[in-house]
This record gives sequence, structure tokens and C-alpha cells, in this order.
Amino acid sequence: MAWFKKSQKSESKEKSELWNICPSCKAHVYKEEWIAGLKVCPKCNYHDRLNYQERLDLILDNGTFKEINSEISTNDPINFVDAKGSYAEKAKAAKKKTGMNEAVVTGCGNINDIPVVVAVMDFRFMGGSLGSGTGEKILLAAEYALRNKRPYIIFSASGGARMHEGIISLMQMAKTCAAIARLNKAGVPYISVLTHPTTGGVSASFATIGDINISEPGALIGFAGRRVIEETIKQKLPKDFQTAEYLLEHGFLDKIVARKDMKEFFTQFLPYAMKTPKRRR
Amino acid sequence: MDLDFEAPLLEVEERINELEKLGKGSDIKFRSEITELKRKAKSISKKIYKNLTPWQTVQVARHKDRPLINNYIKNICSNFIELHGDRCYGDDQGIIGGFATIGNRQVMLIGHQKGNSVEENLKCNFGMANPEGYRKALRLMRLAERYKLPIVSLIDTPGAYPGLEAEERGQAEAIARNLAEMSQIATPIIIVITGEGGSGGAIGIGVGDAIIMLENAVYSVISPEGCASILWRDGAKAPLAAENLKITSDELLKLKVIDEIIPEPAGGAHRERDETMIAVKQTLVKYIDRLKRTSTSKLVNKRYEKFAALGRFGKKKR
Ligand SMILES: [Zn+2]
Repeated sequence: MAWFKKSQKSESKEKSELWNICPSCKAHVYKEEWIAGLKVCPKCNYHDRLNYQERLDLILDNGTFKEINSEISTNDPINFVDAKGSYAEKAKAAKKKTGMNEAVVTGCGNINDIPVVVAVMDFRFMGGSLGSGTGEKILLAAEYALRNKRPYIIFSASGGARMHEGIISLMQMAKTCAAIARLNKAGVPYISVLTHPTTGGVSASFATIGDINISEPGALIGFAGRRVIEETIKQKLPKDFQTAEYLLEHGFLDKIVARKDMKEFFTQFLPYAMKTPKRRR
Repeated sequence: MDLDFEAPLLEVEERINELEKLGKGSDIKFRSEITELKRKAKSISKKIYKNLTPWQTVQVARHKDRPLINNYIKNICSNFIELHGDRCYGDDQGIIGGFATIGNRQVMLIGHQKGNSVEENLKCNFGMANPEGYRKALRLMRLAERYKLPIVSLIDTPGAYPGLEAEERGQAEAIARNLAEMSQIATPIIIVITGEGGSGGAIGIGVGDAIIMLENAVYSVISPEGCASILWRDGAKAPLAAENLKITSDELLKLKVIDEIIPEPAGGAHRERDETMIAVKQTLVKYIDRLKRTSTSKLVNKRYEKFAALGRFGKKKR
């Protein structure tokens, strides 16, 4: 079997110049079509991951995004080293690969002329893990939203807390939630968009406590990993376990919004959340 | 469960037990030998416990004879009234709580419960709470706020329960909700990590004004075993992961994640249970009295700044 798999792999490599293979149903889709379709599979509706730039382009009015705190970067509070080497090196590689300083980009912009503050996590940067720089940026953006009385929207995409920063990462869960609690108290809207995947310490902090929680079709959302749960309860889990649809059914999401409808959704929703929606002309 | 690094100490302790049994009835027989052995045991335990590795500390933190919440309730609290249920789904025994009086000070006590026997272990799921445990804790904390009672939270859990139903009922949301709410609750909150501070399951009742830790407790973003199996692809590397993750009280004090360490008697809390619990009581009384002097609005602001400062390494002005 091994050689068979191998030859299949090299074949798909050749094809990948022109075609994109859906990670879910393995359908071959022309790359142009894949991109034009917002990285949503036309065959199975799989919503593939977006990087932060694609997400911003999708949701904000052209040219309105102004990034804040872009200089905040990773820290190495426990000088962590694992089997593959030092965290410092790993972080450096992530920065080089993505051109980002941290796993989240924050700033302000407009959604159909409604000013908002956004935080967009990017899974490419160490699995979108929540480290000290990530937590700090999410908190500072919340404080910015609070000062300017603008709705705050976080797009999560994360495997959870960043182990490489040890206990300091765990503290980011409390830190970011404290910032959200301040928005709640001041009546500043906070909307959480849980994109694929949102798990572990991020699901157990800011991502699940939006005034409203929304998600995209098929997104993986959960606290514990599938394998850990299966080992604990010694049984197989249902296939749709921890999908957005499953969470909607169990009462933890308000709505699943298809990617192409996301901007329109916010345009309709935001006026409800703001007594005097500021329109910028 | 014997700790292998305690072997030299256990040997001497066994000999003391033997002599005490043999000498029963006669006061003088073996007395000097016993005294000598006890002195020896003390010096051995001091030596062992001064040089614990992080992985050994994990073993101590998980020791079955370490004082658990029900021991604290029995030994340092009076008039404990347990409160049950989250008013939504059920009553989880992985986290318990209720009204308690500690040194004449009325508090709301909450904490993880691991259980002292196999039967109890199963009943409370070894301190791995379900969502209803976190929601019960929040209900009790809101009640404490209303009654103007300080909150004492004792942390000792391997982690929140990773089960199918726990996910269905929103384990993630239950913990997240607590983190947000605890940051705003207008009454003093004192956290003591007494044993295992396991990840999200620990911090889910771990946001407060004073974060205190017993000397041989541990507090970590992930269990050393879990970290080893992910980052080393080898669970047997847990001792190394324990070291690299910096999960011991001295490291956490340096990182400013905790405010104070309660020293444990030589030989660990599992050996000198009463002494340990009294030390915890004294520290709690000190913090209850101290935090009561601050206005609640100031307290809540300071709590926010305390957590906001964690992981802020630049001097960025906000
Ligand atoms: Zn597909």
C-alpha cells in the first residue's frame, strides 16, 4: 500500500499547479474557481481556512483597514525548548513564513460604512495559538473599541493556548476575557466569529462569549481534542461532533453564516447592536 | 502510591514504626533510638524536598495523601453549608462549594474535589469537572457578591473533563464565562492552588485578587504528559516537559503569575497534613483581612490590571 499512496501523492503534486484539491471531499477544483469562490468548495461547501488578509478583504470596505499594534510580537517568557528546538527559532520561522509578528492582526475599518474594530487570527502562525503577544493585541483592540465605542469583532482560528509560552499563555485566557467583560459592562458590542478551527484555550475564552457567536459551515469548534475524548470515554465519537452545526444544535452558536454572506450579515446585524450607528460618508 | 525518590525516607519511617510497635507498653525501651531515627528522617526529608525536580514535584502535587478540599473543610472551616447544583442541568461533584467560616471570617468556599477513596474519586471524577461544575461555581460566586462575602477558591484538578457530554453542554463556554465574570465580581477573590493546577480546568475558577500556591503544587497550561506527547511525540518525555514548562511555585512567582508561596513542611503536605492546612488557613485569614480594606471598585480595577499585565513584556503605553 505504501508505494500506492506515494505515487498518488506525487501525481497530485503535478496537478496542484492548476488544480486545488478540496481538503474535505478531495474534489479537484480549478484554482481560479477556488479563489473566486472564496476558498469554499463548490462540491461539498467545505470552507477552507483564510489568511488574515483574505478575511479582512472579505469583511471590510476596500481600503478602510488601519492596523493597530502591529509591532507587538512573540515573547519567550520561559525560554522554551522542545524536541524540535527552541521556541525562539520556531517563532522566527513563523514570522518569516507569514510576514506577521503574531498570530492575530488587529485594527479598525468599516463594514458598509459602519466603523468597527476587528481582530483576525491566522492559523498559519503557529496554528493560531494564543500566546502573550496574541492576548495583548486582543486586549488592546478591545480597549480601543471601548474608548471609541465601536463594535468589536474577533475572527478566531486557533488550536488553543500556545504551550511554548507555558503558564503565561494560560493567563491570556483570563486576560482576554477580562477585556471582553469590560465591553459587556460598557454596552459595547462584541461579536465572536468562530472559524475553522477554534479549539482548546481559545474556545474556552473569548471565542465562545460573544454577545452573539457565529460560525461558518463545517467549522471545527471544541474544547478537548477528538483523540483525547475518545481515549477518555473509550468510544468513537459521532462524525459531526464538534462541528459548527453540532454547536448550533446544542445551543452555543446563534447562527451559521456562509462565507459569501458574512459581510451582509454584519451590515444587517450591527445597527441592532448600536443605538446610534455612526455612518461614515 | 509510594514516591520512589522518597525511598530512603520511607525506609527510616518504616523502622520507626517497627520500633514503636515493639516498644509498646514500655516507655524507655527504644526511646533514644526512635528519637535518633526521627531526627534522621527529618534531615533526610529536608534534603530530598530541597532538591525536588519539577517532575518529582508533579508527583508530590498529585499524591493521594495530600490534603484535599474536604480535608480543608473539615480542618480549617466551621459551619460549612454545602450548596448544590447549577440550576440548569445538575450537580457536579468535581467542583463543590458553599458557605464556610475560616477563623471567624465568613466566606464562600469553592474548589475542585478529587475524593479520598476510590468510590469518592469516581463520584467526583477525580476533580475533573463538567460544565455544570463551573456553572455552579459561578452561581455561588454571584451569591457571594450579593452577600458581600469574600470568595476562596481552592484549585486541585488534572483539568476539565474531556468527555462527550461535557462538550455537548459547553465545557468551553462554561470556563470562558467564568473567566469573564470572575474578572468583574465585586468581592475579594482569593485563589489557592493546593495541588494540581491543570490548565483551563484550573483557571476556570482561578481568576482573583490574590493567587497563592502551596510550595509543591504545580500550575500549567498543559499536563507534562500531554505536552510531551504533542511536542516530543513521546509521553515518556514528561519529566523533561515538566522542567521546560516552568510549572513549579518558585518559577511562577518569578513570572508574577502568583503572589505568594505557602511553604510546606519538610516531607511535603502529604506527610504533615495538619501543619499544611494550618499554614493555608493563616494565609487565607491574612488575605481576607487585607483585601477587605480595599473598596470593591478599586479591587475590580486592580484585578483587571493584574491580569492585563501578564504577558506584557514591552513598555507599550496604552
Ligand atoms: Zn469539497
